[in-house]
This record gives sequence, structure tokens and C-alpha cells, in this order.
Amino acid sequence: MDFAVYLGQLASLGKDLWDAVRSGTWRLRLVAEQIVSIGYGSQAVVIVTGAFTGAVFTFQTYAKFKDFGVESTVGAVVSIALCRELGPVLAGLMVAGRVGASMAADIGTMKVTEQVDALRVMGVHPVDYLVLPRFLAMMISMPFLVAESISFGLMASYVVCVYGFGVPDAWYMKHMLEHTDMTDLIIGMIKGFVFGIVITLVSCHQGLAAEDGAVGVGLGTTRAVVISSLSLLIINFFLSILLNYIFPLGTGI
Amino acid sequence: MSQTSSAIVPQGAAGPKDADHFIELKGLHKSFGKQKILQGIDLQLRHGETLVLIGPSGEGKTVLMKHVIGLLKPDKGTVSVAGIVVNSLGEREMAPIRQKVSMMFQNAALFDSMTVAQNVAFPLVEAGVRDKNEIRTRVEEALECVDLAEHGHKLPVNLSGGMRKRAGIARAIVGRTQCILYDEPTASLDPVVSDVIDQMILRMKRRFNVTSIVVTHDMKSMFKIADRIAMLKEGVIHFLGTPDELRACKDEGIQDFIEGRSHVVA
Repeated sequence: MDFAVYLGQLASLGKDLWDAVRSGTWRLRLVAEQIVSIGYGSQAVVIVTGAFTGAVFTFQTYAKFKDFGVESTVGAVVSIALCRELGPVLAGLMVAGRVGASMAADIGTMKVTEQVDALRVMGVHPVDYLVLPRFLAMMISMPFLVAESISFGLMASYVVCVYGFGVPDAWYMKHMLEHTDMTDLIIGMIKGFVFGIVITLVSCHQGLAAEDGAVGVGLGTTRAVVISSLSLLIINFFLSILLNYIFPLGTGI
Repeated sequence: MSQTSSAIVPQGAAGPKDADHFIELKGLHKSFGKQKILQGIDLQLRHGETLVLIGPSGEGKTVLMKHVIGLLKPDKGTVSVAGIVVNSLGEREMAPIRQKVSMMFQNAALFDSMTVAQNVAFPLVEAGVRDKNEIRTRVEEALECVDLAEHGHKLPVNLSGGMRKRAGIARAIVGRTQCILYDEPTASLDPVVSDVIDQMILRMKRRFNVTSIVVTHDMKSMFKIADRIAMLKEGVIHFLGTPDELRACKDEGIQDFIEGRSHVVA
């Protein structure tokens, strides 16, 4: 029952957001500020996440592939995994932690200190002013953050494989490019786009629903990270099935 | 009027019976869970009238005021502002009404991320004023009114509680709305600054015919600014009348309240 109520509240926020989009009161300065905060501010997080995931995945894969004598195909496996799953999911989880928590805490603090009511009193819809700019900024930033995470993961993989294990550069690149193309990168970016929507909706809802002072804000922030992270993992599974159907991997399932 | 039989409403104090009222509350009921806050409030305010709302803490004065501006919706009853029933309006439909009514919050509710001047300019910018010189002039005027002209560049976090409150008042008056709701405007202010705020409320009424509702526990301020005074007790209007009628009222509870007598023996 509580879950149904929660979904109803999310749907209501989604409707308000749609009304905000249609109202035409897009505050582009706020969108730009949020792009800086979300997009530019999250780069270090996604670069480190992508790079070390690519590096460690390459390290472990190489160890096993070497037994089969196919170590030169490590690049292909790593690039597919990074583009289609690891890049978007891990970048999404990191952004959910960093940006989702910040959204819930910022809006939640404004809610419990009556700043949200002050907006309403001045005839400004809180969704127009607080949620829409974050929503647009996330939709723009997330695909690029995912692409960045994937790129640094691939670079790290190359360094580990070619310079660390001595796999010939030409073989590594040949296998990787044979099995990876723009479609794989686009799949990752589409996932990033969807995850951005999920993180924003969940986190802004928790902020707007915050009550009971600092305790309520803390609780909302925790919930924002937990719910958006879990939702992201669950949605990723179904999104993978859908995207694999549209862009089949290998011979298809 | 739906006050209880114990309500004290002197002859002619119940407000105008004609259509010359800016705010009209009819049979207003509001509960939070099992706690009944408002239990049938009837109240009318004329254009340009200043109504001071008093009563013990936790009796619903702020709740009543938040109904006027649509921050809360009544469980029963109607709220009309400028002839429009607002309790059935959605958030977006309320926007034009909120261009006519502004509110100063008890804790100022300034935006943390903006300077004081940006906070005060906010209602003008959102109302569509684009002339930067006009915005600057009106912000400076509003800040001067509350004796904060030198502090416009500061962030709210760097202001004292009283200064934040005055900045909140500046933000409420800058838009020159037809009605201003003040939630404890002089609480935590020193007596001189309190008088500055009282004079400003009187000036807004004289110069712009602003209708005001002022929630306060400051009895001195109340007698200075009120056209009428309403005392809220146990969810109903317990007293409604002019300052002179309040002074002349024989009700012991009311006189204890305005004199600040607790009957607690030390």
C-alpha cells in the first residue's frame, strides 16, 4: 500500500514536471548552473570510477583469458561490458550518491526552513524553480558523464593490457574495434539518460517530501540514495533486455 | 458568525457586510490528524484594513494566515481573496492571487544561496520586472525601510536573527502587493527597530492602502498598528474588535493575555 502511495506521489511529481516543461518558464541560467554543478562537478567521480573499473576488469579478465590463449580479445570483452553495463551503471550509482544526495538535501533543507513555501508565496511553482532545472541538467549531463566514464575505462584497460601485460597494441585494438561500435556507446548513453531521469525524480521527491527538521532531511537524503541506486539497478536489467532487443548483441537472444 | 457562544464580538466589529472586503473566511475548519486547529472561523477584512491576530501559542494563528495565501487548504469552509475563492484553486492557478498577496514568514525563510539584496529582488524578478535600475531602486528603498541598506551584499547566514527577519519584511513589501501577511514581524527585535517596523506597516497602509494581517505577541505593537484585533482561542475567534474595544473588554482571560499575567506564584 505504501509502495502504491509512493508511486502515486512520483507520478504526481512527474505530472507537475511535465506541466513545468509545458509552461515554458525555463530558467536557463539555473539549468546552466546545475549543469556546472552536476556535469562538471561529477567528472572526477566518474573518471576515477570508469578508469579503475576498466583497469581491474582488464586485470582479472586477462588472467583467465590467458589460460585459453585468447588474451588479445580482452579489449573486446572489456569494451562491450563497459559500454553496455559497467560504464552507465557505475557512473549512475556514483552520480546517485553524489548528486542525488545533494538534490535531496538542498531541496529538503529549503522545505523544512519554509523556503519552498516562500517560493510558492511569490507565485513560483517549486517544481518549475527547483526540479525542472535539475531535471534538464541531468538529462543533458548524464549521457556525457557515462561516455566519459566509458572512455577512461577503455583507456585504463588499454594501458593495463598493452603496457602492463604486453598484449600487442594492434591485436588489442583490432579485437576491440571488431566487437565494439558506436551502437554500444549509444546504448550506454541512453541508459545514462534514463538513469538521470530516475535519480532526479526520486531525489527531488524526497527533498520536497522532507519534514521534521534536520532529521527529516537526513532521512530523505538517505532514502534518495538508496531508492535511486536500487531503482537504477532494477531498471538497468529491463532496459538491457529492451535495448538488446533493439540493438542485438552478437547473434541475439 | 460561527464563533462559540463565549466569543466576544462587539457591535459592528464583525467586519463589513458589503462587498468591500479583500479577504473573507467562511466557516473555516482545519485539523492535522486528530488535532483540531481551526473550528469554524468567520472573518472579513476590508481593503486597506490592518487586522492583528493574537492568541496563545499553538492556537493556529499562522495556520489561519497560511490559508489566506493558499499554503494550506481548509478541511471545510471557504477562503476568498479579492473576490476569488482560493481554496479550490490549484498551485498554478494561485499564482495571480499571490501577485496580490505577500507574506513575511516567522523565520524569514530567506533563500540561503542568495544575498539579502537578491532575496529582496526575487519577487520583482519573478513578477517580470526587467529594468535593472528599477529593481535596484526598489530593493534599496525596501532595505532602507527596514534599516538594512548597508547589508544588501551579505548572505543570510551572516545576519543576526533580527536582521534576517527584517530582510524577510523587505522582501514582503518590495512587490507593493495589495495585501501583506506578517507572521510575528517584531519578535526578537529590539524596541527601537520594532517601532521602525510598526511605522513601516502604518506607512504601507497610508501610502498604498495595503490590507494587512499581522500575527503578533507584541501587545505594544498591536495597539499601534491595529484597526481591528482578533483573538484566536480553542480554534475559534474568541474576540473581535477595535483596540479600544479590547481595552474596554471585561473578559478576565483576555485582559490576562494582553497584560501578560500568568497567575503563577513564584
